[in-house]
Amino acid sequence: MPVIAVEALTKTYVMGDIEVHALRGVSLAIDAGEFVAVTGPSGSGKSTFMHILGCLDRPTVGRYELDGHDVSRLSRDELAEVRNRKIGFVFQGFNLLARTTALDNVELPLLYGGARLGGSRRRQRAEEVLRAVGLSDRMDHLPNQLSGGQQQRVAIARALVNEPAILLADEPTGNLDSRTSVEVMEIFQRLNRENGITVLLITHESDIAQYGDRVIRFHDGVVASDEANRARRSASREVGTVPAPAAVAG
Amino acid sequence: MSIIMVLRVALKALGRNKMRTSLTMLGMIIGVAAVITMVALGRGAQEEIEQQIQAAGTNMIMIRAGSFRRGGVSLGMGQSPRLKAEDVDAIREQVPEAQYLAAGVRTRDQVVAGGQNWNTNIQGTDVEFPEIRFWGIEYGGFFTPVHVQSAAKVAVLGSVVRDNLFGERADPTGARIRIRNQPFQVLGVMEAKGSGQFGEDQDDAIFVPYTTVNKKLRGRDGTNISEITISAANADQINEVADAIAAVLRVEHELLPGEDNDFMVRTQEDMTSMRTQTTQTMTGLLASIAGVSLIVGGIGIMNIMLVSVTERTREIGLRMAVGAKGRDVLLQFLVEAMVLSLVGGLVGVGLGFGLSEGLTQFLAWPTSIPPDAVLVAVGFAATTGIFFGFYPARKAAQLDPIESLRFE
Repeated sequence: MPVIAVEALTKTYVMGDIEVHALRGVSLAIDAGEFVAVTGPSGSGKSTFMHILGCLDRPTVGRYELDGHDVSRLSRDELAEVRNRKIGFVFQGFNLLARTTALDNVELPLLYGGARLGGSRRRQRAEEVLRAVGLSDRMDHLPNQLSGGQQQRVAIARALVNEPAILLADEPTGNLDSRTSVEVMEIFQRLNRENGITVLLITHESDIAQYGDRVIRFHDGVVASDEANRARRSASREVGTVPAPAAVAG
Repeated sequence: MSIIMVLRVALKALGRNKMRTSLTMLGMIIGVAAVITMVALGRGAQEEIEQQIQAAGTNMIMIRAGSFRRGGVSLGMGQSPRLKAEDVDAIREQVPEAQYLAAGVRTRDQVVAGGQNWNTNIQGTDVEFPEIRFWGIEYGGFFTPVHVQSAAKVAVLGSVVRDNLFGERADPTGARIRIRNQPFQVLGVMEAKGSGQFGEDQDDAIFVPYTTVNKKLRGRDGTNISEITISAANADQINEVADAIAAVLRVEHELLPGEDNDFMVRTQEDMTSMRTQTTQTMTGLLASIAGVSLIVGGIGIMNIMLVSVTERTREIGLRMAVGAKGRDVLLQFLVEAMVLSLVGGLVGVGLGFGLSEGLTQFLAWPTSIPPDAVLVAVGFAATTGIFFGFYPARKAAQLDPIESLRFE
C-alpha cells in the first residue's frame, strides 16, 4: 500500500493576468520504506510538488492521498495537523530557532501535537531522537555553537520526533560542504534502512540524487523520468573517503 | 495547544531577546509608574486637605444668633439677643451626640502689655473650645470652669498676639496684659494654627471666658451670647445632630410652628465637599495626562511586535510547518504582548510606589496610593497589551508558511 499516491496533480498560480502552470498533471505512488530522490532544474515544478506533498499547499486540481487519507481538500488548520503528525521537514537553511537549545528545538513539534505527551515524556522523546542522529553530547548546545552538519542533524531529529509517515528533505545539503553532505546522507540512508522511514529527498544536485533508491526527474511541470536507481551511492561507505573541508578549500 | 503551553512558548520567545523585551517593557513601566505617581500625588493632596478640614473640625457645628425683628425694624445677623448660655446647657442635656460645646461672644479691642499694644479679636468662649477646634496649647493652660463662672480676668493668647506683645517664642504665662484698662492674667499661649477656611489669621486673637467679655468688657447681661460652637461625636451624623440641635433651640426659644428660626445652624459639610471636588478634578487631570503615556507605551509594544513578526517570519513559517495552527501563532504573539504589558505594568506599579515615596521623602509632597488605582493601572496595561498586540499577532497568524520559510 503506497504511503503517497497522487493523481493528475495540477497547480496553477495566477499572477495578475498571467497563469503559471507549475504542475501539469503529475501521477505517481510512493510506497512506505522507499528512499526517493526528486530532482530537476529550477522551475521544473519540483518545489511546488514538494510543497503539496508536504501539505504546505493544496493542488489546484487532482487528488493527493497521504497514508490512506485524501488531504487535497483540507483546510489550513487541518493541514497543520497533518503536517504535525505525518510529515517531518528538513530544510536547506536548517531553520532552527535561534538562542534555543538543540533539545528545545527538537521538542518543538511535540508542543503543537495537542499535548499527547507530558513534559517529561516529551523531553525523553526528544533526547531519544537526538541520540539517534548522534548528538547525545550536544543536547544543550545552542545552534550557533553547532557546526552546519550538527545543525542539520538537529533539524533531522526534529523532523523525526513525531514519528512521521514521511521525511521530506528540501535541498538538505544545499548549505553544507561535500563531506558534511555525505554525513547527512548517511543518516538518511540509515534511518531508511534500519527504521523503514520513507524519505523524499528534493535536490537539484544530480550526484546527491544518486543516494536515492528511486529517482524522479521533473521537467516543465511533468515527470520526465521515474526509475529505480541502479547506481545507488552508499553514504556509509563514502564517509571518511571525502577529504575534510579545509583540504577542499585549499 | 493548551494555554499553559502557549504561555511557555511565549515566555521562551521573550527570554530569547532580553534586551528588546526589557526595552519594550520600559514604555509600559514609565506609563504605569506615571499614572500611579500622579494619582498618588492627587490623592495625597486630597488627604491633606481633608486633614486640614479635620483639624479645623469637620464635625464642627456653628450656631449663631439670627436676625431679629422688633416693631418693624430688622436687625442683622447675630443681633438677636435670644441666644443664651442656657441654650448650651439645654443642647448638652438633650443632644448627647453634641460632644463638646462652647458659648461664644466676640469683640475687638486694643490689648496692651508693657510698652507694646496690639488690636486684635477678643473671643469669649468656654472651656471646651480647644477640643472643638483640635487646637493645642503651646505654653501654660486654658481657662477652667471656675474662671468662666466667676468671669475671671484671664486670657489665653493666640501666637500672633504673643509675638507682637512679648516677642516670638516667648512664654508670657503669668504675665499681665491690659484690655480696656483692666488687668488680665495670661494663662497660656495657643499653638500656631495658621489661616482658617476663609483666609483669616486664626492666631491673631486672644481667648477669654465668654462671661468675662459680657460682664467686664461689654457690660452686658452675662447670659447673652452670639454663637455656640459644637463638635459632634461623629462626623457622619453631623446633619442629624444639627437638626436635633435646631429642634431643641426652637423649643427653648418657644418658637411657634411656621415661625422662622431666630438662630442659624451651619455645618462644615458644604466647604468640605467643595474643596474635595476641586482636588478630585485635579487628580483626574493629572491621571489622564499620565494615561497618555500609557497609551504611548502600548503603541511602543505594537511597534516592537510588528517588527518582531517581520523579523521572526522564518520562525513563524517553521512553527507552522511543524504543525502550529493559525490560532497557536496568534495566541503566542498575543500572549507575548500581554506578558510585556503586564510585567511592565507590575514593574511600573513598583516604580510608581518608589517615586511616590521619594517625592514624600525628599520634597515633602504628600502622596497616597489608593489600591484601586493599582488595579486599574495594571488592568489597563493588560488591556493595552491585548489591544495593541492583536494586530501584529493576527498578521503573524495569517502568514503563508511557504513564503515565510523562504523569507530572508
